[in-house]
Amino acid sequence: MNAQLRSAEAGDGAAPTAPFIEFENASITYGKGARAVQALAPTSLKIAEGEFVALVGPSGCGKSTILKMVGELLKPSTGFVFVAGREIGANPIRIGMAYQNPTLLPWLNIRDNVMLPLKIVPPFRQGFRAKRNSEFRDRVETLLEQVGLTGFAEKFPFQLSGGMMQRANLCRALVHDPDLLLLDEPFGALDQFTREELWAVMQDLWLSKKLTVILVTHDLREAAYLASRICVMSARPGRILDDQVVELPRPRTIDMTFQPDFVELNQKLRAMIVGARGGTGIVSHPPGTA
Amino acid sequence: MERILDTLREKGASTALILGFFVAWELFCLVANISDILLPRPTQIVAALVKFWPAIWPHTYQTLYTTLVGFSIGVVIGLFLGVLIGSSRLAYDTAYPLLVGFSSIPKVAVVPIFVLWYGAGTVPAILTAMIICIFPIVVNVATGIATVEPELEDVMKTLKASKLDILWNVSLPRSMPYFFAALKVAITLAFVGSVVAETVASNRGIGNMMMIASSSFNVPLVFAGLFVLAGLGVTLYVLFSLIEHRVTGWAHRKTDLASP
Repeated sequence: MNAQLRSAEAGDGAAPTAPFIEFENASITYGKGARAVQALAPTSLKIAEGEFVALVGPSGCGKSTILKMVGELLKPSTGFVFVAGREIGANPIRIGMAYQNPTLLPWLNIRDNVMLPLKIVPPFRQGFRAKRNSEFRDRVETLLEQVGLTGFAEKFPFQLSGGMMQRANLCRALVHDPDLLLLDEPFGALDQFTREELWAVMQDLWLSKKLTVILVTHDLREAAYLASRICVMSARPGRILDDQVVELPRPRTIDMTFQPDFVELNQKLRAMIVGARGGTGIVSHPPGTA
Repeated sequence: MERILDTLREKGASTALILGFFVAWELFCLVANISDILLPRPTQIVAALVKFWPAIWPHTYQTLYTTLVGFSIGVVIGLFLGVLIGSSRLAYDTAYPLLVGFSSIPKVAVVPIFVLWYGAGTVPAILTAMIICIFPIVVNVATGIATVEPELEDVMKTLKASKLDILWNVSLPRSMPYFFAALKVAITLAFVGSVVAETVASNRGIGNMMMIASSSFNVPLVFAGLFVLAGLGVTLYVLFSLIEHRVTGWAHRKTDLASP
């Protein structure tokens, strides 16, 4: 495991001087006293700028908790979380976030929905009124085109399918040029084909924008297709069991997901998660193989 | 032409029911030979309405005035309290029991207190109308604001949006359908408030006019007062429905929305 950690740090391009995101024995405990539940055991994790990290693991293992700490929605109960070299709350970076639930605002059309961050995030908000019909409009149009939503700017969310709403949701998370993108099972509620289409869209976006992405997912194929590095987490209280670089070449294709090396990676991940769950349920593994 | 026919067919049933109601009333009074001191016929009421209109009009104006002023103040206060209570867990838990206590008081019972403080006349009517329509607005707006999806709040917080940003861009627009639903309830309640206050302690207004008319056994005029109140109530209700339709059409998934 040590070797894997070291290889993770060296992997995916040149290692920068300081990690972009750093967890130092950060843990999260919900509740107080006898009813306290530790959701995340003290965790140390380093993520370099430009990495695409996938967090996988059984449900309730604290994957989303890690995401929320990076997004400044939760403070660690113990330990520290640094983003861009500063403790959370003080960092000046821009963050985009997308959940499984697209949460588009039903009273705004897609263009205005995607523009929402520009209304709020500096420096965009200063010129919002002046630029909303020129520069920002073009910016939204370009993004919509990248995710395959050309011509849908005037539509309202309820006129779109689930997959289209999720595309718009991605645009909203990206419109303010974030340094960091946080994705919490964004494709979880979509059908297989739409999901695979959006993987390709996501990969293209990441390759073109070179931003740092943290993806929480249940789908191991998704993790292996998209991520440059996969962290496997244990059941509650969550710990990082395994941290490995995905060496598969880019751009990856759906066909590659059926190749032996991809399948092998998938099986390895799966075995680890089955082990982390305690090997219960209807899985056909004999106990102890994980 | 076809569209007009469609609308007629749609509205036909309800129009027929309303007309049928008045025709049945008229016939019932004629056949059962009911004295107009007990229950006047609709035609008599309309006749009274026309005959006494110059006298009714100032009262109508007074009632409309007190109701609208009280309603407007109530809406402003209700909206403010609703936003306050809805956007803070602490305020919600603290203020809600008190608010429920206030709302369970029959508003008619506070009229004597207002009269004691301000004397008979316009002010108690305005205050009664106001106090009666605050509660539904507070509850609805607070609900609309408190039920913003947590994921959406997270997205806004990661954008480092201030509380005001979230309120202005998400919570307030989101609570508009709740707000308008409350407005339609509140405007009819406001009439109840002002008319009750006028009945108890005022020398102007439809409520007062009906009291005087009934003490002189001018029953058709009493009923004419009811007709005026119904007319005012329905008119304002329709007005707010139209505004609601324009402002919160998105909540009804209207496809012909204009981009704002």
